Amino acid sequence: MNQQIDDLRNQAVASLKTIASSDELNSWRVRYLGKKSSLMAVLKGLGELPAEERRAVGGQANQLKKELEALLKEKEEALAAVSNLSTGGTDVDITLPGRPANLGKLHPMTLVLHELGEIFASMGFEIVEGPEVEWDYYNFEALNIPKEHPARDSMQTFWVDAPPGENGWEMLLRTHTSPMQIRVMEKQKPPLRIVVPGRVFRYEATDATHIPMFHQIEGLAIDKGITMADLKGTLYEFSRRFFGTDRRVRFRCDFFPFVEPGVEMAVECGVCKGEGCRLCGQSGWIEILGAGMVHPRVLEAGGIDPDVYSGFAFGMGVERIPLLRYGIDDIRLFYSSDLRFLRQF
Amino acid sequence: MKVPVSWLKEFIKVPFEVGDLAHRLTMAGTEVASISEIGSDWDGVCVGLVLAVDSHPNADRLRLVTVDSGSGTAEVVCGAPNVAPGQKICYARIGACLVDGHTGEPAVLKPARIRGVVSSGMVCSEKELGLSDEHEGILVLPESAPVGTPLRDYLGETVLDLEVTPNRPDMLSVTGVAREAGALMGKPARVVDPEFAGTGKAIESELAIDIEAPDLCPRYTASLIKGITISDSPEWLKRRLVNAGMRPINNVVDVTNYVMLEYGQPLHAFDFDKLSGARIIVRRAREGQVFVTLDGAERKLTGEMLMICDSKGEIAIAGVMGGANSEVVPDTTSILLESASFNPASIHYTSSKLGLSSAASQRFERGQSPFLTLPALNRATQLILEVAGGEAAQGVIDMAPGLNPRQPVLVSTARINSLLGTNYPEEEIIDALVLLGCSVKSCPASRELAVTPPEWRSDINLGADVVEEIARIKGYGDIPMTMLAKSIPHQSPSPMLSFKHRLREAMVGLGFQEILNWSMTNTGALSKALNQPELSVRPLYLKKPMTLDQECLRTSLRPGLFSALASNRRFEDSEIQLFELGTVYLPAGAGLPEEPQMVGGIIGSPQVKRHWSEETRPFDFYDLKGKVEALLAYLGVNPSFEPSEDSGLKPGSQAVVVVKHVPVGVIGEVDQQAGRAFEIDEPVYYFEIDITRLLPLTVGDRQYQPIPRYPAVVRDIALVMDNTVKHRQVEEIIAGFPLVVETRLFDIYTGKPVPAGKKSMAYRLTFQSRKKTLTDDAVDRVLEQILARLSSGLGAVLRR
Repeated sequence: MNQQIDDLRNQAVASLKTIASSDELNSWRVRYLGKKSSLMAVLKGLGELPAEERRAVGGQANQLKKELEALLKEKEEALAAVSNLSTGGTDVDITLPGRPANLGKLHPMTLVLHELGEIFASMGFEIVEGPEVEWDYYNFEALNIPKEHPARDSMQTFWVDAPPGENGWEMLLRTHTSPMQIRVMEKQKPPLRIVVPGRVFRYEATDATHIPMFHQIEGLAIDKGITMADLKGTLYEFSRRFFGTDRRVRFRCDFFPFVEPGVEMAVECGVCKGEGCRLCGQSGWIEILGAGMVHPRVLEAGGIDPDVYSGFAFGMGVERIPLLRYGIDDIRLFYSSDLRFLRQF
Repeated sequence: MKVPVSWLKEFIKVPFEVGDLAHRLTMAGTEVASISEIGSDWDGVCVGLVLAVDSHPNADRLRLVTVDSGSGTAEVVCGAPNVAPGQKICYARIGACLVDGHTGEPAVLKPARIRGVVSSGMVCSEKELGLSDEHEGILVLPESAPVGTPLRDYLGETVLDLEVTPNRPDMLSVTGVAREAGALMGKPARVVDPEFAGTGKAIESELAIDIEAPDLCPRYTASLIKGITISDSPEWLKRRLVNAGMRPINNVVDVTNYVMLEYGQPLHAFDFDKLSGARIIVRRAREGQVFVTLDGAERKLTGEMLMICDSKGEIAIAGVMGGANSEVVPDTTSILLESASFNPASIHYTSSKLGLSSAASQRFERGQSPFLTLPALNRATQLILEVAGGEAAQGVIDMAPGLNPRQPVLVSTARINSLLGTNYPEEEIIDALVLLGCSVKSCPASRELAVTPPEWRSDINLGADVVEEIARIKGYGDIPMTMLAKSIPHQSPSPMLSFKHRLREAMVGLGFQEILNWSMTNTGALSKALNQPELSVRPLYLKKPMTLDQECLRTSLRPGLFSALASNRRFEDSEIQLFELGTVYLPAGAGLPEEPQMVGGIIGSPQVKRHWSEETRPFDFYDLKGKVEALLAYLGVNPSFEPSEDSGLKPGSQAVVVVKHVPVGVIGEVDQQAGRAFEIDEPVYYFEIDITRLLPLTVGDRQYQPIPRYPAVVRDIALVMDNTVKHRQVEEIIAGFPLVVETRLFDIYTGKPVPAGKKSMAYRLTFQSRKKTLTDDAVDRVLEQILARLSSGLGAVLRR
């Protein structure tokens, strides 16, 4: 029996030396330390031996078991060390993915509106918000767009199915953020500087470049002695901060009923640098916003004397900016809630 | 508005570069959308003379045409029926580039043998030149066309396409554009007042005009021409109309269109012999009456529409479209020519009500100048005499009940400069205005300028209008750039803005992706999402929705968030967490709706194992509750969760979120039926909070709490109690004792050895004093009292 245990020891030690993988090591463990191993058989058979022999054999067999277990542990560590070496010698595989800790992301419109708001806030404009369902008085009449004015045709309107208000006003979804010009003037006396971000609505069929709901940001500054030079300077400074100092800016005459003189601001096309390309329709310029000196009739509608005060206003469509900035070819994506799109921002 | 440059040049007598002019027009407010060159691709095409036309030996329908091309003669096979000797035609030699008559594609003309005869070139139709789709016959040029001249030089044209803003009806005319261009180039255009020779009877003896609605018709002028011959217009007239985007019809109609394009004044020709009573009456229509316009359509009129009538009845919808009953037809011999001014709002009303927009109505609704009616009438009468013959009655009728002389606009140089931020001297300002055709008087006493705008400009009425004119002429680029100099106005920023900002950032930090949905939705979607067959809050409906799925304004964020989760689930097998912060619209009596700001969030569990190192567990109620608690803690409030009965959430798996006794939202598992209606077939959890309601509850005097100076003592206890006992009952009892600063539930256990119907709840209590270090004895005394209360109050016993 003594001999048998020694043989078992020699055999196990010899075969252990040839082992190079954890799979092999596992087979070795089963063979020499498993339930069906010879060693286990010896240990199980102890009960049948005479008492004296039992003690001696038992001691040797248990001794061997401890030795083999120690060898097994040693070999395991050796194999693990080899495995670590092959992965660069560190203790963990740093290339394995970490445990997920997900952050969501803000919608690209939220990001752009925030960025725009911050720029104007830093120039002393207060950010205010207003109702999205409006009276036609604020959306049109008070802004010098009377009934049957052709300028209304360019702002196709969603009318709300509700009885007229007490003044006979009709309810609609605001077609621009400009109604807040009047609401702010009614509440607050000059000097005032505000910007109004928000949703606006146009009765338009949906396609890759048109959606019935989008965002605008409106600006208004009223004080004594505000000039068109101030308008240009403010909007130029905005463009420098938002689009960068290397983009030229162009101001041309345009018509909006609630301003006079009317202004359109364009920045140099970022793709062709003014040379003309497909993006800018070969003009070299991207139209960014409409602006102008507040029309005297609008000041009057807001209860402000146009002979004493003057001001400027501007308004821009916001979706256009990320469209241009990221080369997005379908405006509907903003409202698709598609994570494959939204996770890119 | 399409403006052929050759037409402009009739009024601008100085040379100019088209690109430069386009730039100036654009910068001054009328954008030139495109410049197209007609004939730029006509290579190898010239004016030819047909010397002889012989029959083709092998084909009845073909002819052999001998053409003098200026540099020799050529024999061409031609299939056109209208070719005749002596005609000036467009001859294309071999190698010319033309539009293939069959394919419509550009093609190079190759030598060809047609039915055995070699054709050296081609006599072109309009289609082959790309001028129109006309390919039945060849294009015959006027006799004056010089043989051998390249066709590009003879027929080529440059056309400006202008985007005219609604304030500038004058820019819907060639003379108006010429005047604008002249002013912008510093060399005023020359437009001569036209005249005609009336040799017939005096017009007053032939015709009477009554304006019964002077409020809608400030001016009505008319002339009368008898003995005309209706025919095709001469080639030059047709060519101009086509280049300006209009279709030639007959000489009389073409002249009215031509003069409309030239002066911006719409004209209408009535067949004079069809009028009853030699009388024109301008009055409102009779409500509900039906009238047949010259396009053959029946139009239902309202009492607010302005009509032109004879003594029997209506003959035209004023300013919009003529009637079939007075239309000029091929055998018409006498015409009454109308040149009138109508109230712009009235024309806009009629045209939009009838869905009938015409070149005329577009000019009237922009307020074309009533001073143009007479020059346009004279010009049209003269042209009709020229192209249709006949004899005009002497004089014109000019009824002008609403024509007021132009009032000067008073504005000071100082005012102009103070609005622009410039220092223009008075002379420069006057020069600019004079260039535009204004007459300017300086009034030294009042230091004001009296600016009388030119007759063709109806849009200069206020000081601000004059200011814009100066800026346009000087160029917007000439105005300096300054920053707002005065101090920043007082601000009272709304706390809602920063609150929403913080809330969005917290949501993102909690793993939610922000989405934005349409404000418009539909009854069905709301009803399904809220699980309400009859909506408890009736939404605001749109009068004319674009599509039926956007028929009303949302009263809940749920439909949008549910749809978004379902649509993303098609490709996303990891967890989905979405939120939206936006407005819902709740009707509020007769006023504007309430527009509370809501935040809604939805979570759906990961569908696959998320990480190699650990098992993935589906979300449950407590995942979402934890997020909502974290959100509200971040916003500085401590909510409680009370039982709720939200029809869209699963019964027994939902709660009202209450802050300072105010319910601000709900949280729970989405009811299976509601979820399935949106094709969600997994358990999802939803919350929404009315942040308009929440905001005031978060504003409080927050005070710094000193960091405790004495150590805390902790005690862990496990309590066995009935399953029905709620955690909060335990919490409230413990909280009633002094020294306990925190109670944390860290384990719940049911099963052996805990008896059936009971559960074991394990709590860690933290004791701390602000005054001293607590002894074990002191803590144990309190703990004993707590245990006694829990036992007597809830039957909870300490598990040993």
